[in-house]
Amino acid sequence: MRKLTFSIGGIHPADSKFSRDCAIETLPLPQTVYVSMAQHLGAPATPVVAVGDKVKTGQVIAEPAGFISAFVHSPASGTVKSIGPRADIVGRPVNHIEIAVEGDEWAEGIDLSPELITALPESREEILDRVKKCGVVGLGGATFPTHVKLNPAPGSKAECLIINGAECEPFLTSDYRIMLERTKEILVGVAIMQKVLGGCKSVIGIEENKPEAIEAMNKALAELPYVNIHVQPLKKRYPQGGEKQLIDAVMGRQVGSGALPISVGAVVQNMATALAVYEAVQKNKPLITNTLTVTGDCLPVERQHNYLFRIGTPLSFIAQYAGGVPEEAAKIISGGPMMGKAISNLDAACVKGSSSILYLSREATLRKPASACIRCGRCADACPMGLEPFLLKRLSTAEDFDALEKNAVQDCIECGCCLYSCPANIPLLDIIRQSKAKVMGIMRARAAAAKK
Amino acid sequence: MTDTIILTVVILSALGLVLALVLFLVAKKFKVEEDPRIDDVEKAMPGANCGGCGFAGCRAFADAAVKAENLDNIYCPVGGNEVMKKVAGILGYELKEKAPMVAVLRCNGSCENRPKTNTYDGALSCQVKAALYSGDTACTYGCLGCGDCVAACSFGALSMDPKTGLPVVDESKCTACGACVKACPKQLIELRNKGPRSMRVYVSCRNKDKGPVAKKACAAACIGCGLCVKTCTHGAIVLESNLAYIDFEKCKLCRECEAVCPTGAIHGVNFPKPLDKELIKQRIAERNRKAKEAAAAAKEVNNA
Repeated sequence: MRKLTFSIGGIHPADSKFSRDCAIETLPLPQTVYVSMAQHLGAPATPVVAVGDKVKTGQVIAEPAGFISAFVHSPASGTVKSIGPRADIVGRPVNHIEIAVEGDEWAEGIDLSPELITALPESREEILDRVKKCGVVGLGGATFPTHVKLNPAPGSKAECLIINGAECEPFLTSDYRIMLERTKEILVGVAIMQKVLGGCKSVIGIEENKPEAIEAMNKALAELPYVNIHVQPLKKRYPQGGEKQLIDAVMGRQVGSGALPISVGAVVQNMATALAVYEAVQKNKPLITNTLTVTGDCLPVERQHNYLFRIGTPLSFIAQYAGGVPEEAAKIISGGPMMGKAISNLDAACVKGSSSILYLSREATLRKPASACIRCGRCADACPMGLEPFLLKRLSTAEDFDALEKNAVQDCIECGCCLYSCPANIPLLDIIRQSKAKVMGIMRARAAAAKK
Repeated sequence: MTDTIILTVVILSALGLVLALVLFLVAKKFKVEEDPRIDDVEKAMPGANCGGCGFAGCRAFADAAVKAENLDNIYCPVGGNEVMKKVAGILGYELKEKAPMVAVLRCNGSCENRPKTNTYDGALSCQVKAALYSGDTACTYGCLGCGDCVAACSFGALSMDPKTGLPVVDESKCTACGACVKACPKQLIELRNKGPRSMRVYVSCRNKDKGPVAKKACAAACIGCGLCVKTCTHGAIVLESNLAYIDFEKCKLCRECEAVCPTGAIHGVNFPKPLDKELIKQRIAERNRKAKEAAAAAKEVNNA
C-alpha cells in the first residue's frame, strides 16, 4: 500500500525508540496515590468523597464540573487521607485526592476477565454514557474528554474516523507496545467508536517504522467481523501525530484556521484512547490505567521499560522501581522530547495522559547560546502549519498583536519544529507560545464582547 | 555657459518662490486650531514618554490634561508634584498633591534564602519562564530572576544583583512609572509611598503557601504566623491567605512588626539606626503586661 504523509513542513528527528522490544509490565501499587482533579482538558473535576471515606478500585471519586470535564475514579482501594492542593509535574498547585492504599479490591460491576468481547452494544446513547461514566479522555496528549469528541454537534457528520498510531515523537513506545499486545481489544474499541459515529469509514494510521504493528493490526482485522476498517501505513515524519497533520495525511483535506476536524468530516482518536473505550464499554472498566515508557538516551536498554501504571502513582515511585534516576540525566521529561514537559517535581503523580518518563543527557538537551537570525527560512520550511516562525518571533518582540493575528500565530500547534530546525538556536517556540496565548486571549475577549 | 547657469538659477528660484507661496496658502487654509496650552503643558513635562501616566506619551498626556476639567485622574508619576504644580498653574486647575512613590520588590528569595531545585535553560524571559512552569525553586510565587523588570525600566533604575539573583531598585532613579509592575508576571513589584526620608516598612514576600511549605521553599518567606498583625498597634497589617500585607497609608514606621517577624520577611529600609530587636521586644512586652493588668483591673471592677 502506498505510504502517505502530510503536505508541508515537518522534520525527521532520530527515531530513538530503544524500548520498543520491552514488553508491558504491570507496576505494583504504591503505598499512597495522589489523584489529580485536573487530568483532562477543561474544568477540574469536583471531589465527591470526603476525608476518611473508604474507597474501592474503580469507584467514582470526582465528578465533572462542566460540559468539558470528566469523571475521575479511584485507582486503588483504601482510605481518603486528604483533599487539597499538591504540586503537579511543573510545580503548580492542583487539587489532588490523597488515598492511602490498603489493597486492590475492585468496585462491583467491573469485568476483570481477560476474555475478548466482540459483540457491540446496540444503543449509541449507552456507549456514549459508558465512555463518559468511565472518565475516558483522549490519551494522545491533549486529554480532551472523549464522549464530547464522539458526539459531534448536530448538523456535522463524521465521514472518517482516524485512529492515531503514528507515535511520531522519538523515544515513546507505549502506543507501539499496546498495538502489539492488545491488538484485538483496540480494534473492538475502534469498531465501537465507528458505530457511535454512524458507521463511517475508519482508518488506522501507523508510521512505517512500526512494521510489526501494521502486520499485527492487519492480521487481527482479518480475524474480526468488522467492516470498513483498514490500516494505512504512513511515512515517518514529525509531527505526523498532530491532529491536522494526520487528517491531511490520511484524507488529503486541510482543516481551516480555528476550525475543528469535524468541519472536514474527520474525528481523530488516539490508539490508547481506543483501548480505553474498549475497556469502558465492554468491561465497564474506568480509565485508571495507562501505559508509560521509561526511557532515555542515558539509560541502558536493559533498564528501559514499558509499564502499565495506575493513575496517581508518584513519578518518583516509578523511577525508583525502574532502578532510580540515572546519574547522567540532565533533564527528565514527561511526554516526548519534542512536545513533552520538563518535570521540575518528580514527586508529582501520574495522570491519565502520562506517556513517559524520559531521561535526557546533557548533550541531548541543553540549549546552545542563541545568535542572531540570519533569515535562512529553515523554520518556515519546517513549520507544518505553514507559518513563518521568524516573523512571528519578530512581531512578538515588538508586541504587535494585530499583525500576529493576521499572521495566524493562533494556528501554531507548538510542535517545536521551528526551534529544532533553527541553526541560530533561537528559542522561537518559547517566544511564539507566549504571543499565541496573548492573541488567543484577545480573540476570546472579542468573541465574548461580540456575543453581548 | 554663463547663460545656462543664470537660466538654471532663475528657474529654480522662481520655482522655489511659487512652491513657497503654494505651501503658505495651503498652511493658512488648512490650519489646525490647537489649544496653545497643549504646547505649554508639554514643555513642562519631563519628556520621558514612558507611558507611566497611562497615556501614550507626554504629548498625549498634555492633550488629555487640557481637555479634562480637573486633574483628579491625571497625574505624571515621573514629574511628581513639582511638574504637576506647573501643569496646574498653566491650566488654572487645582492640584491634589500625591505622596511620592517608589517601586518595591516583594520577594526575599536570594540564592541563599531560596535554594534552587532545578535549572532553567529556556528563553531568558520571566514571561516565558512563568508560562512554562513554577520556577527553578520550590517557591511558586517568587522572583524568576530573568530580568523582565530591568528591561522594562526606561530610567535605568533597576538592575539585577548577581549575588542575590534579585532585581535592585535604585531609589534615586525610580520615578514610579509602573512599567516594571506591569512587566513582572509574578506581580512582585509594588508601588509604595516613598515615606518620610525614604523610610519604609514592607513585607518582602508574596508566598501564599502554608507556613511549613513556604518556610521549606525559602528561609525568608512570610509564613503567615500573624505575629506582626497581633503586634501592630496601628491596624496597618492584614493577614490574608497566609500572607501579611502592610498598608503604607496606616503604617507609622514603628518597626515593631519587623522586630517580631521570625523569618525576617518584613523589611525596614533607609532608617538612620539599625533595628534594635531586643529593645523593641522589651517595649512590646511591657505594653502587653500593662494591657493585661488593665484588663485584670477592669475585670475586678466589673466583678465588684
